[in-house]
Amino acid sequence: MRVSLFVTCLGDRFFADAAADAVRLLRSLDIEVDFPTGQTCCGQPAWNAGHVPEARRMAAYTAKVFADAEHVVLPSGSCAAMLRCTYPHLLGSSELGERSYELAEFLVDVLGVTVLGGGLEGRRLAYHHGCHALRELGVQSQPMQLLTSAGARVVPWEMDQECCGFGGLFSVKAPEVSVAMADRKLETLPEVETVVSADGGCLLHLDGRARRRGMGIHFRSLASLLWEARRGNP
Amino acid sequence: MEIHSRDYRQRARHIIQETPEVREAVTAATQTFDDHRRAAFDDLDRDALRRWAEGVKSHALTHLEEYLQEAEARLLERGAQVHWAETASDVHQVFQHIVAKHGVRRAVKAKSMLSEEIGLNPFLEACGVELFETDLGEYIIQLLGEPPSHIVGPAIHRSLEDVQGLFHDRLGTPFDASPEELAKAARRVLRDAFLTADLGISGGNFLVAETGSIALIENEGNIRMSTSLPRIHVALVGIEKVLPRWADLPTFLQVTSKSATGQPVGTFVSIIQGPGCLVGQEPDGPEEFHVILVDCGRTRLLADPEAWEALRCVRCGACLNVCPVYRQTGGHAYGYVYSGPIGAIIGPGLVGLGETVPLPFASSLCGACEEVCPVRIPIPKLLHVWRQRAVERGLTDGAERSILDLWAAAVTHPRLFGWVEKLMAIIPEWVSRRLPMLRDWNSGRELPVVEGRTFRELWEEGIE
Repeated sequence: MRVSLFVTCLGDRFFADAAADAVRLLRSLDIEVDFPTGQTCCGQPAWNAGHVPEARRMAAYTAKVFADAEHVVLPSGSCAAMLRCTYPHLLGSSELGERSYELAEFLVDVLGVTVLGGGLEGRRLAYHHGCHALRELGVQSQPMQLLTSAGARVVPWEMDQECCGFGGLFSVKAPEVSVAMADRKLETLPEVETVVSADGGCLLHLDGRARRRGMGIHFRSLASLLWEARRGNP
Repeated sequence: MEIHSRDYRQRARHIIQETPEVREAVTAATQTFDDHRRAAFDDLDRDALRRWAEGVKSHALTHLEEYLQEAEARLLERGAQVHWAETASDVHQVFQHIVAKHGVRRAVKAKSMLSEEIGLNPFLEACGVELFETDLGEYIIQLLGEPPSHIVGPAIHRSLEDVQGLFHDRLGTPFDASPEELAKAARRVLRDAFLTADLGISGGNFLVAETGSIALIENEGNIRMSTSLPRIHVALVGIEKVLPRWADLPTFLQVTSKSATGQPVGTFVSIIQGPGCLVGQEPDGPEEFHVILVDCGRTRLLADPEAWEALRCVRCGACLNVCPVYRQTGGHAYGYVYSGPIGAIIGPGLVGLGETVPLPFASSLCGACEEVCPVRIPIPKLLHVWRQRAVERGLTDGAERSILDLWAAAVTHPRLFGWVEKLMAIIPEWVSRRLPMLRDWNSGRELPVVEGRTFRELWEEGIE
């Protein structure tokens, strides 16, 4: 099986190592991974800000880049949701969205993998559900399954499904509200050293706030944790 | 009512920074409302109920003229006086006439968001009418001189201590009075007002076309008193409140109550179909009953094929309760009578986008609101419709527009995109901190750490 990785703009610049972990993970499952080098950004920032013609141009461009892909896998819930739930509206076709998946969703729902390995034995994690992965893609149990089956303890977090306040340009258009939302997440966080999420924007936002507050918490991409889960497998 | 929505960001910042206790009070209250809502639907097929409610409201709205005329005919048959008001000033004129004709000196008011929308209180006060808000929350904010901050709980932004201090100053209760003692003190004032008022004013949760019935849901009994004790009762009803059949009402009463507070149904439900009748020598209700059917932009919104669905709203407040943006500030940040997600999609429709433009952007588009809406209003989709229009009409920030134009150009030209990525890695942080948008990011957050290489570069080198 062949997978085309859509690393996403945030992934390319800010989560390069995590995206490389996604490649390692997929290859370890005997998946052939390619990387169409013309890829850029899915257009979500423009779409969310109401700039529809620009978003449509970016969507058309991305659809062209991935025209030959068998499956498109993204280490990002909200970009996967953009392709599946918004592109049909922009492009009049659901074709690309139907073969595009968030990473954990692809592993569990398409490959049928629920156990990657035991590499997270003894780890205490908190999981932040990105809103679009959760509510648009319906991705909720898949990352939990993969993390816990690798031995991690995902500690219950009252606010794990509440928005962190990133919201794309919302984070800079209403920064005080956005930060207060991050604070609510951080203030309710159980005692863990690592917070995991499938969404880069949420991670940058929560991490930026936690560092400003001097909190020593690691914010990590789900792809990296899943590779750790696998790699630890004897 | 004055609209201050254009200052959303400044108002939100002020509330968060200067009155942090508001965030605590609002978060606690809305979480409690939402917990109760969840529990109330536990043993029901919530989705079936929501689909049914959506269908009934959509049908009523798309056949609005015939149902309103049916409602009017039934009300007239029972001796009600029906007024059609296109604007706030049309409503004011009806009141002016009633006040002059009956020499009204004192009025008691049940909770009505529509009355806030049309600025009724200041108008009546200018007419020389002494006005008492009789819902406890509304009474509190009337004493404070504040507008409501939530559709259902108008004073949820205030703490017990705030109310203890207020009542101590105004009603002479002890500083440490219990909630029960505070309610008793308000009750003493309001009981006298009920017995001496000439005019009672209410809103209406639903107007049943088939029977000409106005239904009102409440918990305190003040609506029943306001609508039955004074000589005259005036009900303000938005034209979108119509339900076709009597048989629709029970389920709507339940769905609304459960969504609002988690109660199976409000403690009191009043059904009013006409003025009082004589029972022996005594009338059992007001001598005169007026219904004002209010438009105030609703017809215009209904004619908007992309945004009309917001009119299905039953004003339960569930979308506010679950909204993480609303929870940080409460309703006053929005500067408009209807706050939270629902306010951001009916405000632009009722009063225009020019006055309310930041509101559709006051959302992270997380989608929590849509999940709880009992009439399945696609709130994020409608927020996006208004965002799109704001951009098309040039109502958004110019710098943002330029940056997005640049981004769109880079995205569709991979070489340019590569340069932008490289640029991000070499701009020193002290410069980034001063750039538009990044400056706003950096005001409360550290800037993201740019890793040495992009994934693109790692890929070219080969991933082991």
